[in-house]
Amino acid sequence: MTSHTDPAGLGSAPPSRNTASAPRVQTGLSDRAIAWLFIGPTMALLLAINLFPLLWTIFLSFTNYRANRPNAPLRNVGFDHYVAILNDPDIWLRMQATAHFVFWTILLQTVIGFALAYLVDRKFRGHGFWTTLILVPMMLSPAVVGNFWTFLYQPQIGLFNYVVGFLGGIPPGSFQMLGDVTLSPWAIIIVDTWMWTPYVMLICLAGLRSIPDYIYEAAEVDRASNIRQFVSITLPMCLPFIMLAVLFRGIENFKMFDMVNLLTAGGPGSTTELASITLKRAAFEAWRTGYSSAFAIILFVAVFGLANIYVKTLNKVKAR
Amino acid sequence: MSAANSAHSVVEPSGYAKLIAGSLVAFYALISLVPLVWIGLTSIKTPTDSIHYPPKVIPFVEFQPSIEGYCNLFSTRSRQTTEYIQSLPPPQGACETITRARGMVVAGPSNYVPRYINSLIIAFGSTFLSIALGTAAAYAFSRFKVPLKDDLMFFILSTRMMPPIAVAIPIFLMYRELGLSDTRLGMILLYTSVNVSLAVWLLKGFIDEIPREYEEAAMIDGYTRLQAFRKVVLPQAVTGIVATAIFCLIFAWNEYAFAVLLTSGAAQTAPPFIPIIIGEGGQDWPAVAAGTVLFLVPILIFTVLLRQHLLRGITFGAVRK
Amino acid sequence: MKKFMFAAALAASTMLGSASSALAQGKTITLCWAAWDPANALVELSKDFTAKTGINMKFEFVPWPNFADRMLNELNSKGRLCDLMIGDSQWIGGSAENKHYVKLNDFFAKEGIKISDFLPATVEAYSTWPKGSTNYYALPAMGDALGWTYRKDWFGRPELQAEFRQKHGRELAPPKTWTELKQIAEFFQNREIDGKKVYGAAIYTERGSEGITMGATAALYSWGFRYENPQKPYQMQGFVNSPDAIEALDFYKSLFKCCTPPGYTNAYMQEGLDAFKSGQVALQMNWFAFFPGLFKDPNVGGDKIGFFVNPAQKAEGSTLGGQGISVVSYSQNQPEALAYIKWFADPEVQKKWWALGGYSCHKAVLNDPNFAKSAPFAADFLKAMGNVKDFWQEPSYAQLLQAMQRRLHDFVVADRGTAKEALDSLVQDWTKVFKEDGKI
Repeated sequence: MTSHTDPAGLGSAPPSRNTASAPRVQTGLSDRAIAWLFIGPTMALLLAINLFPLLWTIFLSFTNYRANRPNAPLRNVGFDHYVAILNDPDIWLRMQATAHFVFWTILLQTVIGFALAYLVDRKFRGHGFWTTLILVPMMLSPAVVGNFWTFLYQPQIGLFNYVVGFLGGIPPGSFQMLGDVTLSPWAIIIVDTWMWTPYVMLICLAGLRSIPDYIYEAAEVDRASNIRQFVSITLPMCLPFIMLAVLFRGIENFKMFDMVNLLTAGGPGSTTELASITLKRAAFEAWRTGYSSAFAIILFVAVFGLANIYVKTLNKVKAR
Repeated sequence: MSAANSAHSVVEPSGYAKLIAGSLVAFYALISLVPLVWIGLTSIKTPTDSIHYPPKVIPFVEFQPSIEGYCNLFSTRSRQTTEYIQSLPPPQGACETITRARGMVVAGPSNYVPRYINSLIIAFGSTFLSIALGTAAAYAFSRFKVPLKDDLMFFILSTRMMPPIAVAIPIFLMYRELGLSDTRLGMILLYTSVNVSLAVWLLKGFIDEIPREYEEAAMIDGYTRLQAFRKVVLPQAVTGIVATAIFCLIFAWNEYAFAVLLTSGAAQTAPPFIPIIIGEGGQDWPAVAAGTVLFLVPILIFTVLLRQHLLRGITFGAVRK
Repeated sequence: MKKFMFAAALAASTMLGSASSALAQGKTITLCWAAWDPANALVELSKDFTAKTGINMKFEFVPWPNFADRMLNELNSKGRLCDLMIGDSQWIGGSAENKHYVKLNDFFAKEGIKISDFLPATVEAYSTWPKGSTNYYALPAMGDALGWTYRKDWFGRPELQAEFRQKHGRELAPPKTWTELKQIAEFFQNREIDGKKVYGAAIYTERGSEGITMGATAALYSWGFRYENPQKPYQMQGFVNSPDAIEALDFYKSLFKCCTPPGYTNAYMQEGLDAFKSGQVALQMNWFAFFPGLFKDPNVGGDKIGFFVNPAQKAEGSTLGGQGISVVSYSQNQPEALAYIKWFADPEVQKKWWALGGYSCHKAVLNDPNFAKSAPFAADFLKAMGNVKDFWQEPSYAQLLQAMQRRLHDFVVADRGTAKEALDSLVQDWTKVFKEDGKI
């Protein structure tokens, strides 16, 4: 890293053609001072509210600390929590539930989102209006709107059961989206897909629009069929965008808490207990602060590691 | 869509293809709006109508709209005997009349208004701070050689990868020591720290697009760097700043996990409150719906205003239109 | 004469009380409780307190499924939101040991509040820690236990009575045992009544907080369930997973499977009330706290509703509910909060409390010869309070509860494993918690 120590204090001025004339007229703070002045407060805030807490969490993860017993003696337990968590079959079941949720939401959202983007890109009349309408669900609070789905899913009176029952010709009370072991994982996938498909659509749309017309025109000249154009031009050129959408949704859904907590609270049994819900129970209900800190670190490392590997792949795809 | 339909360039699809595409998109849009329409309809039903089977759909035809949901949203009520109710002074206003007709008395106001005010203060407060800090930092990252720039930018971004629950553990302990638990200041600082990363990334993109030559020309004319920033860069970046501000606002407005874990009343925002609005005994769905509607309206307006910038905002500026 | 003296002393003390709180005129204190019918009745009652002292009351009510989480979080964060807390009985251990609540012994002595004026069972359950000691951290505020309601009007129909008599050889009447209860529930399940399909019973199955534990323990206690060896504390093997306990849990599951409304997989008090009030179920398990409201209900109240105590099977026992009122030690308005408790302890206030729909624990109310007749559920309430049993009140109660919630829901609702496996695992879970706490 090049760190300037120019005594005149001008060193960090951008190397542009006007730099030479600047010294004559410049007064006030040096650029270097301004740079620190401008970045300093943000960094201070992030250090105080992000980095420091993270380090504290790491420290706590090696202790038996409990936030509800602040006066109990603090004991160093080494890697006990980490070992216990990684060897706990229940935790792995939670991870499986999380993976199931992340996988299916991403798959559905990508397929539907891309299809929608492709259709919107046909530039029919009023596509701007309809796109804006489609975007609405993702702008709303997942907690507030997600909560309302418990009402839609009521077996007796819920609109969802009524519509599905009506279309499928079965009594609406004959199935329970939230209370059934096989259906409840899908209940949360449906709500998440409803909320976030527009997100994927928007990114895919940007991808489709980034493809220059002349490539298609050239394909036309070569008499490539529509399907062939789609497979050899549209998809590959859109791929980096799709992968970006998958990355963002993957990170978000790995952290999923609000919507699922309100819809099922992890039930029935522990069927939809995603990692964040387990974490919340350990940290803020059982108050096993040390243990849950270790779990938090494990989750963080997992997200961070997976995201990094993914970004590397993404860059390779982009570079191609 | 067969190949025959596009005898010429795909860039301009045929009318037939457009019609099909348009219908499919409109169909999806309408389906996806059903839950929201249902929230709106439920908010103007009586509790009995709201849980009626089969569902009542068309106002005035299948059910008479009622303001009961909105009344219940703003009050707490207690069921009392007829004799007790008759001993009270006559009801004041439409809401109290409805409540009395249900055999209840209005015990007092609900906490919805204070929660809504908390949401407003915390969302606007944190947005203002995030934008102030973010604009400055973004400008510095955009224009100056900052040591370890890429690492710092990545550090700023990585703070968004922690699950909120994980962040909440040490924040809970820290705020307990500092006396910031359940305070608006605490929530504003927390939301700012989350939003500032979005603000820096977005605003850096916007500022990168403003040609340096403008400021440099201004500086030749005798402006200091700070003056140039204020008088040249800021006005140019105003669209970007407004767009970023709305994103920060929406995040802070919608946030649930931190709010539910770190506030209990004095600084609690609307999202953790709305799902737990209950009536006598069961969940009062019209009141929940009414609370939801009032809470969603600002966001619907912002979404329409924002649509040009949505993409940039939701991808941290990684994709630009 | 004695009575008059007492009244005079009372008047004098209240005057003194209002004189000292004149300083606090216009101050506002916040009371935190669960959001339910009795809380709204308390708002109504508290208007008298404000009128008398000039101290304004604010209320924070959180629905039951979130109540414990939120309020324990508040206490653990040393929050100043609540000046007064009507906290659940199980919190008393943790709140006393971590000094969230102000110890009230000196205050009681100074103000002449006699804890012996309150029903001993409620004092034991809501006020003391350690159990059996005389350290008071709360004043019993709301007595409560788990009971049942039934549709008296349906039970009274001659054609149903005849059919039931033919089938079971006895009258269609409130059940004396769980076996009878299940027969009645089965009898009503999927029956058409007035052109509407109805179901047997609304019971607790909620996963997130304490619902299924409270419901299933109602059955467990009736089979004589014990949490530990009475001779050897914390020895749970053979007690928690005794053959009787296994039988009781299996029974609870069979009741859930046979006789609940569809979609009844995450139901607690609110869902029970909904089901009963909308005329869906013949029987409902719920807290006595709701019975005054249900009795006043325009659709299913009055003549249409009847009440009964949790039926016995091999033993008598009712799940304990209810709360005491405590002063939060982080409160900055402790004098005003204490003034509220003092006002609340007044026998006249306690009588009005019962009249408005709150369950007073005061002997002046409960020992009144007319009490049992003052409401159709009053006699049952006294009976239930006579043999209540509570969950662990240990400082680790939340962790113990979490384990039980999970094991029960996994078995009863999600159909995983057997009752024996569920209870065996529960013993292991609990043993682990107590080991971590250094209790065993």
